[in-house]
Amino acid sequence: MFKKECIAMILAGGQGSRLGVLTKRVAKPAVPFGGKYRIIDFPLSNCANSGIDTVGVLTQYQPLALNAYIGIGSPWDLDRKQGGVAVLPPFVRANGGEWYKGTANAVYQNMDFIESYNPDYVIILSGDHIYKMDYAAMLDYHKERQATATIGVIEVSWEETSRFGIMEVDQENLITKFVEKPENAESNLASMGIYIFNWGVLKQYLEADEANPDSSNDFGKNIIPTLLADQAALYAYPFQGYWKDVGTLESLWEANMDLLDENTSLDLHDRKWRIYSVNPTQPPHFLADSSQVVDSLINEGCVVYGQVDHSVLFPGVRIGRGSRIIDSVLMPDTVVGDNVTIAKSIIGSDASIEDNCQIGDIGGGRHAKLTIVGETTHLAKGSLIRPNIE
Amino acid sequence: MKDVMGIINLVEPTELLKDLTKHRTLGAVPIGGRYRLIDFALSNLVNAGIRNVGIFVQDQYRALMDHVGTGMEWDLARQRDGLFILPPDSRGENGNHQGDIDILYRHYDYLERSREKTVIMAGTSIICNMDYKRVVAHHQEIDADVTIVYKPDTQSTVRCTVLDVDDKSRVTSIRVNPLHAKTHNISMKMYILKKELLMELLDQCISRGETDFVKDALIKNIDRLKIVGYPFDGYIMNITSLSSYYHASMELLDPSVWQELFFHAGPIHTKVKNESPVHYGHHAKVTNSLIANGCIIEGTVENSILFRGVHVQKGVHVKNSILMQKSDIGKNATLEYVILDKDVIITKGKNLQGDPDYPMVVGKKTVL
Repeated sequence: MFKKECIAMILAGGQGSRLGVLTKRVAKPAVPFGGKYRIIDFPLSNCANSGIDTVGVLTQYQPLALNAYIGIGSPWDLDRKQGGVAVLPPFVRANGGEWYKGTANAVYQNMDFIESYNPDYVIILSGDHIYKMDYAAMLDYHKERQATATIGVIEVSWEETSRFGIMEVDQENLITKFVEKPENAESNLASMGIYIFNWGVLKQYLEADEANPDSSNDFGKNIIPTLLADQAALYAYPFQGYWKDVGTLESLWEANMDLLDENTSLDLHDRKWRIYSVNPTQPPHFLADSSQVVDSLINEGCVVYGQVDHSVLFPGVRIGRGSRIIDSVLMPDTVVGDNVTIAKSIIGSDASIEDNCQIGDIGGGRHAKLTIVGETTHLAKGSLIRPNIE
Repeated sequence: MKDVMGIINLVEPTELLKDLTKHRTLGAVPIGGRYRLIDFALSNLVNAGIRNVGIFVQDQYRALMDHVGTGMEWDLARQRDGLFILPPDSRGENGNHQGDIDILYRHYDYLERSREKTVIMAGTSIICNMDYKRVVAHHQEIDADVTIVYKPDTQSTVRCTVLDVDDKSRVTSIRVNPLHAKTHNISMKMYILKKELLMELLDQCISRGETDFVKDALIKNIDRLKIVGYPFDGYIMNITSLSSYYHASMELLDPSVWQELFFHAGPIHTKVKNESPVHYGHHAKVTNSLIANGCIIEGTVENSILFRGVHVQKGVHVKNSILMQKSDIGKNATLEYVILDKDVIITKGKNLQGDPDYPMVVGKKTVL
């Protein structure tokens, strides 16, 4: 029988309702990021760079843009004769079908896919985190310790611990306690939502979890605590480097701004660990005589006549004369007229903003409230948009 | 356009671009920040719906093969038809090739086997964004044997093929590289003709020991064949020398040229490199320039074209220059009227100065 040592399952089914208008028509993993990428490029590129060539992407919310984006996976070298990438939506079986009830249930419903590769290990990833990580090194760590499961962990600030699954570990990094979103945490080691399981064990636990009507069928809430209660060998794999959950608009904005920091630990220019993505066909961007661009990321196909300060421009963005873009993210093909000012905002794809508009808290600096303009929005001349995100 | 195939003829003089064509065929010369000359010929063909393209190469074609790969970027990685790279075989007398007729004839069976009835043949020294559908429609409407696309009223005819075209569009004379031209209609080296006719002309030339498509197959048959001119009214770049390469490149800094050349009849496709967006540092000062992805800009750049992955360090001043892939410009260096080929390293504080009519060219992988 055909066999793969380790395959990856990327959880990409989240609605991403906290990303508001940006996820009205696309699932969270397909949201544009960093002037060029979509969020899911990071786990997919990590897989490609880690030598994992079989990846299932579990989707169920607004899958069109995500399916079209992933295609047959060639940008990530995942168009393979054996394995490659497969988009896995929920489906109907002879005895009925249902939506994915939780992260564990999503994997449970696709056991046939996993079994067809007869893997020793399955790595579970999330489709909404920005980071670069070598999963092969994590797998080696898992094998060395003969772990049942290994969980990627990162130290977060103590104020943030209530947003994460928090782990306590002994000197050997063996996990002794796991609490989901604790109010008073006793550790600041947060789960990154990256799990390596021995497939044989995971399969048993998924089946038992499915049989339990009280379970919410979630890795963090059910599978991990049950394994821990059964005294399975659960190890924490400490990760150092840039990692960010971009589940909220504010964190999405922050992650974009992080890229502009000259000392950022997320190096997009690293040729040894490229982040691959679907490349649009666009010429190099043009900065006119009147342009002024500092501390920014700008992609191909843009034309800039105005000022861009500490901002991220996706492909095909046009900035007119006398306009100022400050601390903002402009998604693909947005057209900005003359004498427009945009401060601390995220502007969705294909928006058109006519002359003399004022968007965001101008002069409010980087700690001002964020302003969002949804995709394909048309703003008539002189429109005034105030911050709209609490 | 299901019935039309494309031929890209890379049997072109290359010595005029000096260092830039030392290691590569003309079609593989970088242009416009992220392209190679051949991207325009290829994209124009596929944007017109052509699905079968043969590239006839002569020398120094490794860089070109690496660039076009399987043809995937042009949607030419097909089950049937698609992209064919057709090199000369090594049996040429004394190792010398005999011109384009010879190479085309050696691949006679490729022409024979292709199902399409009409051929568009193009070179790579003249780039434009061309709608071939209109040219082919005109060719069929006027019932021509051969259509030559030409640019009327050009400023210069130096090293060009010049046409006389009468008021019925009939080409009455063709002159290759004349010193004194009566008209300023220059051939864009794009020909439309029936595949049968091309094969007949090849056979005729070979049997008479003739070697050149224009001089032998066209000029010698100008009275027998109905050769028609199709005037192109768009923007063209004619690369005939280092100086014309430099000046044509600089014209891309005009946004109307940029818009027409890259978008007019369809997008220009090229090999994808997965570079990150350009990072502008705190001291960056960039005006009137084209910057390709993967660059890191910390200094001053004006009136210049930067290819992918160029690093302009702090205090650097780049002016009126073309910097190709992955050049690294050390701190406080100044460059004016310079063309850097790929992978050049300029160490800190260096000062390179060329002339507007004779830009300084620094060869591939040089460290200065």
